[in-house]
Parts: sequence; structure tokens; C-alpha cells
Amino acid sequence: MLTRKTSLILTAPAMALLGLLFLLPLGYSLVWAFRDEELGGWGLQNFIKAFGLYSRDILFTLIIVTLSTVIIGVLSIAISGYLTLGENRVAQAALRWMYRWPLFIPFVVAAQLMRTFLAKNGMMNNIIVSTGLMDQMHAVSYLDWRGIIITFVWKQTPFVALLLAGAMSSLDRSTIEAARNLGAHRFRILLEILVPQAATTLMVGLILSYVVMMSVLSVPLMINAQSPTMITVDMAWRINAYSDYGVANALGFISYAMTAVIAWIYLRQGVREGRRPA
Amino acid sequence: MTILRAAPVALLLALLAFAVLGPITNMLIWSVAETWYFPAKLPQSYGFSFWERVFRPQGNAMVSLWNSVVIALFTVLASMVVAVPAGLALGRGRLPWRSFFLLLFLLPQAFPSIAVHMNIARIFYGLGLNGTYVGVVLVHTIQGLVFSVWIATAAFAAVNRELEEAAANMGASPFTVFRTVTLPLALPGLMASAIFVFLISLDEFTGTFFVGVPDITTLPLLLFTASMEGNYQIASITALILLIPSVGFMLFIERFLKSDVLAKIGS
Repeated sequence: MLTRKTSLILTAPAMALLGLLFLLPLGYSLVWAFRDEELGGWGLQNFIKAFGLYSRDILFTLIIVTLSTVIIGVLSIAISGYLTLGENRVAQAALRWMYRWPLFIPFVVAAQLMRTFLAKNGMMNNIIVSTGLMDQMHAVSYLDWRGIIITFVWKQTPFVALLLAGAMSSLDRSTIEAARNLGAHRFRILLEILVPQAATTLMVGLILSYVVMMSVLSVPLMINAQSPTMITVDMAWRINAYSDYGVANALGFISYAMTAVIAWIYLRQGVREGRRPA
Repeated sequence: MTILRAAPVALLLALLAFAVLGPITNMLIWSVAETWYFPAKLPQSYGFSFWERVFRPQGNAMVSLWNSVVIALFTVLASMVVAVPAGLALGRGRLPWRSFFLLLFLLPQAFPSIAVHMNIARIFYGLGLNGTYVGVVLVHTIQGLVFSVWIATAAFAAVNRELEEAAANMGASPFTVFRTVTLPLALPGLMASAIFVFLISLDEFTGTFFVGVPDITTLPLLLFTASMEGNYQIASITALILLIPSVGFMLFIERFLKSDVLAKIGS
């Protein structure tokens, strides 16, 4: 119906937008990271300054995002596993109804919810105190690194679990039934049959979540902006307070690098598994 | 025996309910709390005076709400203008390196976006686009581009070709075929992509934070400012306004995105 030429013309506006508003600023962010704007010239000055000022925050960011990704992975395996293998229909329906709530809730809203929920006098501590499991004296605020992880996990688990549950439900049921008939426990079926077959979907979901968490500004700003904090806060601070695009872009470059390492590990894993005889 | 087996499941579900719905409940309480001081577990008094402050015609909140809606509508318009032709070409056309083009649109999702946003703001500053509606709409459009292009592509790819051929055989011109057959059949999918883009724009924070300042405040920025000032009632009411479309979309997504379109996304 459409010729090659028409197809290219029809794609052109979208490509132009992508080029001007994504590829160009991406290129600038890579170039400006190596530009010394005070003295002129090129070099690693911005990186030296970024590491000198923010090495703790860089480590802190890496730990928070990695830990959140691991917890999201474990929880979404548990949720999608129960949705696929659970035997209690009522519990499955309740889980299905409940786990998706945070899916489309924006990060800034999630951060506000947690700001009140996790505070020293927030609802979480109040309810735990009311159940008698803890007394008021021991209530602490969770608005620090733990709060950031809780918010990330709360917001991103539904996304990964939704993808994973979809992948698991489309798998061939006969292997599951066969394993069941041979007496395999549900945990074994989940970990040895379902998860390996849905591993690609799980990894894609986790990597997308990792990238998103690496670039969220509102959550660390609202939950814990004191030092140590995440490098997204530092980037915003360098720009708003000092107009220091050099160090901000060096931090941006470091965040690309942290993402690239994860993607590289994943791709290498894929290549290694691909080589193995089927 | 069944009770013994059901008990841990029920306990886990109760914990999950506490974790998922607890923070939302806490926000709902804050949104109607008149006064709530330490160490009270529940507000001392309830009321709607903060709602009146938020919805006062000339108040900050109404301006932000208006900004958010106008920006979201124009973002949908801009996205559709570029994504519908691109989706048609990628879904039905003969495009060399088709999968490469599709992957290219995924690229913004593969990089932490904050570093790109601050450089867009710097470029826009030079162009005088910072603090303007056009600037914010452009940033939101690029944020939603992968979703609008991919869903539009899937929507066009799912259209049954035999129906188009039947219309063409009866003498309809290519444009008539597109207008009377292809477009109406792809419309539910295109609607889904429009709603998706609307929500992305409504919820967008980082891009607006860098590009919108100081003149354009959207609801997420108002929520952020109110929260940082410790004005939890205003922040909670704003959060609630943003929450309703998000949760509504989550509950009805399956109706907008039919499985035949979903199956074609990214393929």
C-alpha cells in the first residue's frame, strides 16, 4: 500500500523530533561532560570534581538502585508465581486486584504518600504501635535511604510483576502439570520451570526499572535530600545553584555508565546462554 | 487443615494490603485533615477548608491544574501529529531497517532521562523556550514518543488487510481506504496511545522542573512545592487529583488496549 519513499516521509517528523529533542541533547550531555567551561579546553576536570564532591553519593545511588532492583525482582517473582500457580482462587483474585494499584501512580505522588506514611509519626509506625508489636519510644522515621528504596519498590514492583505474570501465563501449561504430577513442590516449579522460561521478560522489566530509578528526581528530593543522597539531586543542585553544567553532565555521564554496566552484564549473560547447546 | 493452609496466605495478603493501600489511605486522611499535630494518631479536626483553598478560582492550584490540562492536551496533539504517520509507515509501509527505526524510538527509555532533560533546558534557554508552554509541551512529547509511536504502530499493524483490499477492489482510492477502513479500525488503539500520552504529560516532573521554571507550574510541581513547604493538606489534595486519572486508567486499561493490539506491540 505504501511505497518506501512515502513510508520514509511519514516517519520523518517523528525522527526529526527524536533527533532534535533526544539525540542532540544526549550528544551535548556527553560532550559537555568533558568541557572545562571556566578555563576552556577539554579534559577530565569535571569528573575529578564530581568524584571529589560526590563519590559518597555515587556509591549511595548505586547501592540504592541495585538493592531496589533486587527486591523488586524477588517480589514480582513471588506475586506472578502465586498468580500462576496459586490454588486458592479467592486469594488469587484479591492479589490480582490489589498489587496493580501503584502501577500508574506518578513518582511525585508516590513520594508524597511515603513522606506522610513513613514519617516518625506516620501511619505505618502508628499502626505497628497500635498492634502492640512496638512501643512509641522505638518509632523511627524511615525517611532516609530506606524510604527511597521503599518508594521505588512500591512504585515499580507492579510494573515488573505485570510483565512477568503475563509472560508466565502464556507459557505451556503441560510442563507445569507434568512436574506437578511427578510431585514437585510449587516453589520448585516456580524457580526451576517458570522463572527460567520467563527470564527475558523479567530482565527487561528490571532493566527498565533500573534506568527509571536512576533518573527519578522527585523521590530522593522529597524523601531524603540530605547527604548522602542520590546523584539526581546533585545534578539538579549543580545546575540550579551554580549553573555548573560541567559537573552536572559528568554526573549524568556516570549515571549512563552505571546503566551501561547493567545492560552489558545482561547482554553477556544472554550471549553465554545462547552458546550453550539446547 | 484448610484453615492452617489459608492462614499464612491471608496474613501475607493483609500485609500486602497494608503496604499498598496504607499510604493511599494516609493521603486521603491528610486531604481532609483540618488540624493534625504531633503526637496525635489521627487528625484533631476534619474539614474541607483546604479544598476550598485549592479550588479557589484565582488560587495557585487552579492555575496549575489549568496549565497541566492545557499542556497535556497539546502534548497529545503534538504526539498524534508525528506518531500517527510514523505508526502507519512502521505498521503497514515498506520501510527499510524497520526494526532499527522501532528500536531508535526506544532509545530515550534506555538512558537515565535527567541528564538529557537538563541539556534540553540549556538548549531551550538559548532559544528562549524555557518557561514557555511550547518548551514544556515539546519535553513532554519526547517523553511520550516511544509509547505513542509503538502503540500506533501496533494499532495499524493489527488492522485486517483483507478489508482494505476489499475496499480497494471496489474502486476506493488509497486515501479513501485509509479514511474509511484503516483509520476507523485503528482508532481504539490510537485512543489508547493518546490516553497514555495524556497521563505521561500530566504526571511529568523532571522535564517540567528544568524547562518550565520559573513561569510554568504544573500539578506535579505544585505538589512538590507544597510538600517541601510542609503544607501536607495541599500536597495531599493535589496528589489525589493526580491519582484519580492514574488509578482509573489502571483499572480500565484492558478495555482500551485490546489483546490483538497488545500482542503486536514491539513486533
